[in-house]
Amino acid sequence: MLDRLKKRLKQVKQYPSVIFGITLITILIITAIVAVIVIPYEEAVLLWRGGAVWAESPRNARPTYVDWFTSEDLPRTEIIDGRDHPDKKTMESMNGVKEFEFVLPLDYQYDGFPREFNLFFEAEYEETRPHVSVKIRTPDGREFATDDFSVQRDSIRRLGQLTELRRQVDGRAPRIGIFMDPDYEDPVPLKGEYEIVVSGYLFEEDADINVRAVSYGQVHGFGGTDHRRRDLGVALLWGTPVALMFGVLAAVGANISTFIISAVGVWYRGLVDAAIQRISEVNMIIPNLPLLILVGMFYSRSLWVMLGVIIVKGVFSPAIKTYRAMFLQVRESPFIEAAESYGTSDKRIIFFYMLPKIIPTLIPQFVTVIPTYVFLEASLAVLGLGDPVLPTWGKLLNDALGEGALYMGHFYWVLQPAFLLILTGLGFAMTGFALDRVLNPRLRRQ
Amino acid sequence: MDQQFNVPDVEPQEPDIEEEDSGSDIKRIAKYFGFRLLALFITVVVAIYLLILVANMGGAVDDIRMGQIRENVGMQMMAMSDQMADWPAERRREYEESLVEQERRRLGLDQPFILRSVYYLRDAITLDLGRAEQMTSDAGSRRVQLIILERLPPTLILMMSYFLIMFFVALFGALFLSRRYGSKIDKLVVILAPSSAAPGWFYGIFLILIFSAVLGWLPFGGMVDAPPPRETHLYALSVLRHLILPVTALIMGGFFLTIYNWRTFFLIYSSEDYVEMAKAKGLSNRAIERRYILRPTLPPIITSFALSMIVMWMGSIILEQVFNWPGLGRMLYEAIGLFDVPVIVGGQVIYAYLLAATVFILDILYALLDPRVKMGFGSGGNK
Repeated sequence: MLDRLKKRLKQVKQYPSVIFGITLITILIITAIVAVIVIPYEEAVLLWRGGAVWAESPRNARPTYVDWFTSEDLPRTEIIDGRDHPDKKTMESMNGVKEFEFVLPLDYQYDGFPREFNLFFEAEYEETRPHVSVKIRTPDGREFATDDFSVQRDSIRRLGQLTELRRQVDGRAPRIGIFMDPDYEDPVPLKGEYEIVVSGYLFEEDADINVRAVSYGQVHGFGGTDHRRRDLGVALLWGTPVALMFGVLAAVGANISTFIISAVGVWYRGLVDAAIQRISEVNMIIPNLPLLILVGMFYSRSLWVMLGVIIVKGVFSPAIKTYRAMFLQVRESPFIEAAESYGTSDKRIIFFYMLPKIIPTLIPQFVTVIPTYVFLEASLAVLGLGDPVLPTWGKLLNDALGEGALYMGHFYWVLQPAFLLILTGLGFAMTGFALDRVLNPRLRRQ
Repeated sequence: MDQQFNVPDVEPQEPDIEEEDSGSDIKRIAKYFGFRLLALFITVVVAIYLLILVANMGGAVDDIRMGQIRENVGMQMMAMSDQMADWPAERRREYEESLVEQERRRLGLDQPFILRSVYYLRDAITLDLGRAEQMTSDAGSRRVQLIILERLPPTLILMMSYFLIMFFVALFGALFLSRRYGSKIDKLVVILAPSSAAPGWFYGIFLILIFSAVLGWLPFGGMVDAPPPRETHLYALSVLRHLILPVTALIMGGFFLTIYNWRTFFLIYSSEDYVEMAKAKGLSNRAIERRYILRPTLPPIITSFALSMIVMWMGSIILEQVFNWPGLGRMLYEAIGLFDVPVIVGGQVIYAYLLAATVFILDILYALLDPRVKMGFGSGGNK
């Protein structure tokens, strides 16, 4: 039996689709392992919770690879930290007041405007807040200056919110007004060395200050970012282990139990068989997805609970009918009769005589249904019932659809998780189909 | 009641020669359907009761509803705070408790759950689905029945269009392919069959992306234009336009796999001996196809279609969400968002009935097509 299986599996190699499918699956598994190693579970959850972690990444930025396909050089996120340029920081002390100045260089060589421009201040002081003013010097020598303002320990100044800057650039958004070439009517960015001069006073002996200037890009990370500045790459990466685990566990849990139960039913016949049949009929009438929605709303949206419900619901799935019909044939075979006549136990007959006979059908079936469950997880997430903490592909889709990504033109947001879902689906489906053709000769008969 | 889930290729049917007079035929068919209907009904009752149990397991829902009642009463008290300004605290609390009690009684929460579950079941079965707690129909009614009735037609329009188009396209597609077994187009379908791993709503996203976002040919979602056109024919046209994408999405979700499977059925039956015999007799290809291949293949095809239909009812819930289709799926989702238990149970009941109706209609078709049922071998199909 096993030898035959091995021989058949060798045959599988002749099918190009199997090679393709298995390659896809292998890549996905490697990605999943890498994801779990690079971003441990707790970190993934924390990152996906969002908030201050992502303060320095842009909102709704496209993935970096978009830049490879456009003729223009799309702006990336530039972070100029005062700490990295100690030579550009001057500090003079007089009468207990310290005057400081940062001259942060920004070499801007992009064909687009920054999405945002923010300054992050970190100040150390006891009571009196430092006073700061900002001047931006363009490559052609123009200067834009803000009013004086005081900064708290950790504070952000958004260029777009400084009305005095807006006045200096004819009412345009400062990120455009400052970075545009004055010789052109239409906004075209002026390339070259910009200088961000942050100067001001510290009023205490021990006070200190640092500033970071962030020019937010139009492209960011390998996955882009969402409306909450989160890097989609995290979810794309972490979605892989979640999807694989969910799909495989659900398929194993639901299919193998179904398989065994239908064998038991066929073997014992009578009441057991009838009971199994009736249960599976009732089960069929209970709508699957609404049940999951119920559980998700009333009890828990955790992925594990959903997985449990799917497996329990899948035990008496309609597939029982299919397996049953196959087992009915097996049951009539002479070798079962022989086993019975020399007194083999019921358990032994079911597990060692009947089940192995149909395993060739089970393997492809099992591989083919994995994508169904992967998509089921995505379906739940699209309905807003995704796992509350884990980043998954489905949740990306849900966020994207909820934020009108298609309407707003943020296609990458939808396409990336969709692409990965398709890859997973194709990988398993192609392998399953090819296995089916090899292991189930009835289809090869033609 | 089992034979509709027979695996198609286990045993090709033997033509039955036993003659019966037609009067007892009708009786037998009626009896068969009677039994079928009864069995389905019991199945539905059990399924709905299980759903009610799940919906209120552990009393979590009761707690939530009590919380909602208290909140509402609290709001009511706040609104009345002027009139109660000179009431002593004791009296105020008493009044609040009496309001809560009144509301509790109105919603029937004072009875034990077992009792309530039986009431729920009785009402659910008779489709007396009670009053919604939060949701209203567009006409403003709180009756769950009316809310569902309002949402049922869009879902039926969507699914019936899909079922009809899918069935005939796939049937003729499969027949066409089985004639051209091994041709390029046949191989293409085999290659594309794994595309059905993705559900319809998933393709829906792409369709919206291409035809609505990029090309702008078809609407993003909804069922009619806003505002809806006044003339009937324009209204119908608008609905048709909105139907194109969701139905296409549903079809894409299962098209190639279905065609592939059905083509395999055709191939299996066309290699039977009696087909060879018919060929030897010199019958035309069309006659062979109609009489000897299509006829015995239809029962397994209908079986496979039944299973896919049951899956599709579920798939339509998300599809309605993606396409903003104002049907039952969206209603169910909105109801769950509002913790409106009567509407949720109502939605489940309707879905259970729809599934049962699907099974029953296919049973009738099956009986018409499968001579074993007519001849009285139906009840024990695969025992």
